[in-house]
Amino acid sequence: MLRNGWIIPLLPVAAFWLILFVGKRLPRKGAELGILATGGSLVLSFVAAYQWIDRVTGAEGGDHGGTEHALRAIGRSILPMAEEAHGAVVEPVIRTFTWWQSGGVEFTFGTHMDGLSVMMIVVVGIISLLVQIYSTEYMKGDEREVHYFAALNLFTAGMLIMAVAPNTVQLLLGWEIMGLCSFMLIGHWWEEKKNSDAAMKAFFTTRTGDIGLLVGISILFFAAGNTFDIVTLNERALAGEIGDTALFLGALALFVAVIGKSGQFPLHTWLPDAMAGPTPVSSIIHAATMVVAGVYLVARLYGVFWEAFDIADGGSNLIAIIGAITIVIAALLAFVQSDIKKVLAYSTISQLGYMVMGLGVGGWTAAVFHLFTHAFFKCLLFLGAGSISHSGSHHSFDMKRDMGGLRKAMPVTFWTFIIGTAALTGFPLTAGFFSKDEIIATAGQGGYDFFAWVGLAGAVLTAAYMTRVIYLTFFGEPRGAAAHHHPHESPKAITVPLMVLAALSLGAGFLNAVMFDIHKFQEWVEPTFAFPGVTHPEFEVGELVLALIAIAIGYGASYAYYWRGVGQGRFVERNALARGGYRILENKYYLDWLYEQVVVAGIKGPIAKAAYWINQYVIDAVVNALGIASREGGRWVYRNLDQRVVDGAVNGAGFTAGGSGAVLRKVQTGKVQQYGALLFGAAAVSGLVLVIVV
Amino acid sequence: MLLNQFLLLGAFLFCTGVYGVLARRNAVLVLMSIELILNSVNINLLAFAMRNGNLDGQVFALFIIAIAAAEVGVGLAMVLLIYRNRRSIALDELDALKG
Repeated sequence: MLRNGWIIPLLPVAAFWLILFVGKRLPRKGAELGILATGGSLVLSFVAAYQWIDRVTGAEGGDHGGTEHALRAIGRSILPMAEEAHGAVVEPVIRTFTWWQSGGVEFTFGTHMDGLSVMMIVVVGIISLLVQIYSTEYMKGDEREVHYFAALNLFTAGMLIMAVAPNTVQLLLGWEIMGLCSFMLIGHWWEEKKNSDAAMKAFFTTRTGDIGLLVGISILFFAAGNTFDIVTLNERALAGEIGDTALFLGALALFVAVIGKSGQFPLHTWLPDAMAGPTPVSSIIHAATMVVAGVYLVARLYGVFWEAFDIADGGSNLIAIIGAITIVIAALLAFVQSDIKKVLAYSTISQLGYMVMGLGVGGWTAAVFHLFTHAFFKCLLFLGAGSISHSGSHHSFDMKRDMGGLRKAMPVTFWTFIIGTAALTGFPLTAGFFSKDEIIATAGQGGYDFFAWVGLAGAVLTAAYMTRVIYLTFFGEPRGAAAHHHPHESPKAITVPLMVLAALSLGAGFLNAVMFDIHKFQEWVEPTFAFPGVTHPEFEVGELVLALIAIAIGYGASYAYYWRGVGQGRFVERNALARGGYRILENKYYLDWLYEQVVVAGIKGPIAKAAYWINQYVIDAVVNALGIASREGGRWVYRNLDQRVVDGAVNGAGFTAGGSGAVLRKVQTGKVQQYGALLFGAAAVSGLVLVIVV
Repeated sequence: MLLNQFLLLGAFLFCTGVYGVLARRNAVLVLMSIELILNSVNINLLAFAMRNGNLDGQVFALFIIAIAAAEVGVGLAMVLLIYRNRRSIALDELDALKG
């Protein structure tokens, strides 16, 4: 399966086309095809994972006597299998074929199977399968069910294509497929203006970052000696063969793309708005596809980022700083939301901040492990929120108005949501506990002390805002729809995925429990080939205690505020500072305002006005002045040289320059054919000139 | 060598196409004229491919045929939408570009 990994992304692609063409005639509108295809690629991913683990343990156990690992010729090579790996170096299994050639550069397509990509395709398979099963119930009877399932499959395929990409071109392809699918799915209910606006916003914001991806890929291509190959890029970057400036600029451009896609500060504003899409879509966007793509990009090209940002040196660097800012600002924003999905969206942004910070402080394994565990519990929380709105609060997501007291009516949703919350907040022995603590410990032990404290502060906030969600949703008196519409438990198609994800949220952490000296995840996933020496934290009791204190403070503060009512209703009103802070948070730091009113309106309003002004006064004045000057010059020539012809021509030039604006205005009729005629006429005249001159 | 005849045919087709694009009001006829222009280019490519004795021109011509098909698909879709919105496909009535 490692050699034939191309089948894995191909299945959802095939499902996409099949659903599009025959989905309408099927009883479940194509959902069965999607589930079949995704299930198939999930099984194959498991096979690949099994083979990879086998390969890793085999390579570590035996000495195969290979003296050198052959550097692959770019393209069409089939990597030698484990025999050639010596010591503990396990090379990725790479297969490529040439897509097209142009000017001596080969563009290849293929699969790059190593621990990271195998981990990613397994996660994508699990999440996508569960989300599709869930959607059969959640989206039942939707008028565009066929398109929904088709887009969901293409989305999955995009992420799989990106995950197995052996070169940056294929990576870009998968990345863009996801951008398109997120647009289609967020705007699934486009009849409402709000939803299609949100889709537009998501698309444009991520596009802003995508420019960086394209620029970064191009810079690295030229800087690393005409190669798109990811392994080669990492190798050359680590060997110092790429010039410092070019490497830094390339990595910086790529990081802009990461900021856009992974919702990092300051381009995080699209993610909460993306909640306009159906809940399963939010779930898959936040857990397995789309937003983790950015983190995955950094993890994949880690050699490049490692060298470009001098991660080994400690102190601080841009990646860690952006991650840390994102953790805190997003967690703070989560407090003022009344929409349950928006709280979860901000929580995702904050958790992505952890991953990016983890990568920035040299904790590759910790960050990727957090990506792995986060996928399960965040998917669980979103699907739980969907279950609440589906069966409990009559399609409302407003916690303050339409929820409350739902724990009795929806026991399965309640308990799975509690498990998801425990995992997200880092309750001991759940998945998030191990992965988040590993990031914090890595930061502390890798020379990034400040970022460890930020991580702990983030843990306090996470615990507090999630406890708030639990209180508003499941405890207290039922309000609004939850009181009037007879909430009940959701059907099996919804609760079963919830239970599976709950089990994963509880168990996944034990793959890399540093506390119990288990390093399976590190052993299986971390590349040993073309990879920098990342930090692996040791277990320290002091850090554990600090982390426990942090989440205890978070739980305790929220518990005191909501259940006991300590300081409720007075704190925000009485304290001017708190009121100011609340207003800033409510307006999301005025970032949207900045983008819409200052940047966009700035371009639309003042800059356009300035251009007009310049056009009116400066250019016209210049033209007039030129005309006058030419006329005066002409007179001078006339008087001095006595040549009427020249004088006339000069006058004519001045007159033409002055009047050309008026004439050209008439040319602008808006009729395409007239434009075409002008274009063609101009081309013909230029052609004639060319023929005569040459 | 028959090169001149091919080039003359190509030029004739090209001029016909340009005339069609610029002068016809009917959007479908304009699309057809664009096809004529593309085909005249194809003829030129093939003529020179034959003269130079290599296949590059033929490969280009194949590409153009494929892309022309896609272009007509998009073009007809646009014409259809314009028709749905305005009940007419007369191009001289479309002057929304004026701003």
